[in-house]
Amino acid sequence: MTTATDNTHIDDHHDDDGHHEHHIPPGLKRWLYTTNHKDIGTLYLWFAFIMFLIGGAMAMVIRAELFQPGLQIVEPNFFNQMTTVHGLIMVFGAVMPAFTGLANWLVPMMIGAPDMALPRMNNWSFWILPFAFLILLSSLFMEGGGPAFGWTFYAPLSTTYSNDGTALFVFAVHIMGASSIMGAINVIVTIFNMRAPGMTWMKMPLFVWTWLITAFLLIAVMPVLAGAVTMVLTDKFFGTSFFDAAGGGDPVMFQHIFWFFGHPEVYIMILPAFGIISQIIPTFARKPLFGYASMVYATASIALLSFIVWAHHMFTTGMPVAAELFFMFATMLISVPTGVKVFNWVATMWRGSMTFEVPMLFAIAFIVLFTIGGLSGLMLAIVPVDFQYHDTYFVVAHFHYVLVTGAIFSIMAAVYYWLPKWTGKMFHIGLAKWHFWCSLVSVNVLFFPMHFVGLAGMPRRIPDYALQFADFNKWISIGGFAFGLSQLIFLALLIKACKKQGDPVSNQVWEGAEGLEWEIPSPAPYHSFETPPVVK
Amino acid sequence: MSEPNTQKKNSRMVVKLLAIVVGMFGFGFALVPLYDVLCDALGINGKPSDTAAVYEAVEIDESRLITVDFITRTNTGMPWEFRSETRQVKVHPGQLNKVNFYVKNSAKTEIVGQAVPSISPGTAALYMNKTECFCFEQQTLKAGEEVLMPMQFYVDPQIPENITYFTLQYTLYNVTATADVVAMN
Repeated sequence: MTTATDNTHIDDHHDDDGHHEHHIPPGLKRWLYTTNHKDIGTLYLWFAFIMFLIGGAMAMVIRAELFQPGLQIVEPNFFNQMTTVHGLIMVFGAVMPAFTGLANWLVPMMIGAPDMALPRMNNWSFWILPFAFLILLSSLFMEGGGPAFGWTFYAPLSTTYSNDGTALFVFAVHIMGASSIMGAINVIVTIFNMRAPGMTWMKMPLFVWTWLITAFLLIAVMPVLAGAVTMVLTDKFFGTSFFDAAGGGDPVMFQHIFWFFGHPEVYIMILPAFGIISQIIPTFARKPLFGYASMVYATASIALLSFIVWAHHMFTTGMPVAAELFFMFATMLISVPTGVKVFNWVATMWRGSMTFEVPMLFAIAFIVLFTIGGLSGLMLAIVPVDFQYHDTYFVVAHFHYVLVTGAIFSIMAAVYYWLPKWTGKMFHIGLAKWHFWCSLVSVNVLFFPMHFVGLAGMPRRIPDYALQFADFNKWISIGGFAFGLSQLIFLALLIKACKKQGDPVSNQVWEGAEGLEWEIPSPAPYHSFETPPVVK
Repeated sequence: MSEPNTQKKNSRMVVKLLAIVVGMFGFGFALVPLYDVLCDALGINGKPSDTAAVYEAVEIDESRLITVDFITRTNTGMPWEFRSETRQVKVHPGQLNKVNFYVKNSAKTEIVGQAVPSISPGTAALYMNKTECFCFEQQTLKAGEEVLMPMQFYVDPQIPENITYFTLQYTLYNVTATADVVAMN
């Protein structure tokens, strides 16, 4: 894939930098009114990071309570609120906005577009998000407390047995959904209509490809989630019986509708990560990505398969054996395209001139640890053993390996990879290495023993546990606190980077980096590619 | 900075994508009837038909005996006594049977109840034909009132050879708060 550009255009813009015809309003107004993809990307990323810290603080409460058996720090009902809101914040407040932020920053620069296709809608899709989370978080301080039914809000927990604050939860989810849908529409329209001349489909960087497919998943399933929360709302407050057996409904149907959204949702949270890793590995292996076309097709097949596997979350609800077998085999099928990706990354590194800069460290950690999460997912797909693993800490271990050491490690890798391009300065490498090694060790102390307590039968979402799990849980909590503290190193590094401290970097930043974004100046000017580059 | 041409292309595309969004929102709700239709058609989920079957010209298969268990329970917040007079019956497919269920309203107020059946294994639900059942409508009992509620059924002779035993469970729900006015009268 070649992405060499006509350099004369770019040099023209370098001179424009700073005194462009558009006046940037000072202070807060700049951020409130901005329609610039780079500003909005920055807003999304900081928002996601703040949510990551808030959701992380809730995880600290959970781990503090589980440090010892018995109930000592929080009430069980508050514990349930913590697990619920931790999940909601990490999924909808941290991982998804972080990916949207990266898409905002990078997609226009990667395809040679001046901005996103719908800049005003872009402003809206960000600025409704803080209100959604304000509503969700404020419900924690209201009478009866916040949502306590798990992020999956299974009926009848969220209907018959929930408090009136459920309405706030429902509206918060509606707003988050609207924000994601607008963001996804923007990405699709940008990629379809704004590519530079010569940027054909099969020349697009993989981050752009994976985001395009993710955006289609988003507009397909976020409306189904909106429908599910609406049904919960009307069941609870307006006397409908979607999920109430007494009125002819069925609580199991809730799970079908929820997971019809929920399974594509987990791929929404991992496909952009695949794109990021596919950008980083070739740079530091100094070889083109192995199997570019197969990566594109693998991503598309994962997305398609994600629509026919939802019921593997519900094997214990009493499905017919034929259905269990179908969902088991369909789920196992997904490991084929996922395996293609992992092998392609490894083959890219094979005999490459590898160096281990911080983004590469995170990318390699991603490949190893995500694969562990993938393999435990394969175990969970097997119907007979799932009956043993269902709702235990084994499941918690599985999805934290794919979401923390998967999605979140990829986001950190992406931030370290592109941060010098955004700020024009190299980040503090010493702090970054401390951040990486502390996170890597602590995240495994945190999540690996969860496999063992899960296999031994420790149930998830319960504030207490049997005595035999005490030692493992102590280690898990220590790992949790250490992982939480490690993220403060990241915070310090980001603050230094935003103050523009550090050594200036070249346009290319990394020796092996290729792509349009590395051909514009560092820091990336406020307006880039106003005249489209020509991709050869 | 996009040219007018691009802007027109953009808005056309936004309209198409919004149509997908609206369509998928509708699809979420369409899953509700779809779920019931699929459960009915495939006989999964243990939901027997909620309309009365007609017992006409049914051949009795004397060569087979099917065991049917009856289980009753009341949901949380339902202060009724509820039990089956018959714990278990052995029936020939096609033979009409009658089982009585006893209920007593132990509360001090009038209560409306709705019984919801469920069959396990779920595949047997397709072959459970009820000609008369109290679960077809809501029941209203005054304080302290007790009644015997009849249920008449036959097992469809088409029932597969491998099903020789199934369980019918009734759960009684308190639906006083949302009861139909008709049922109250």
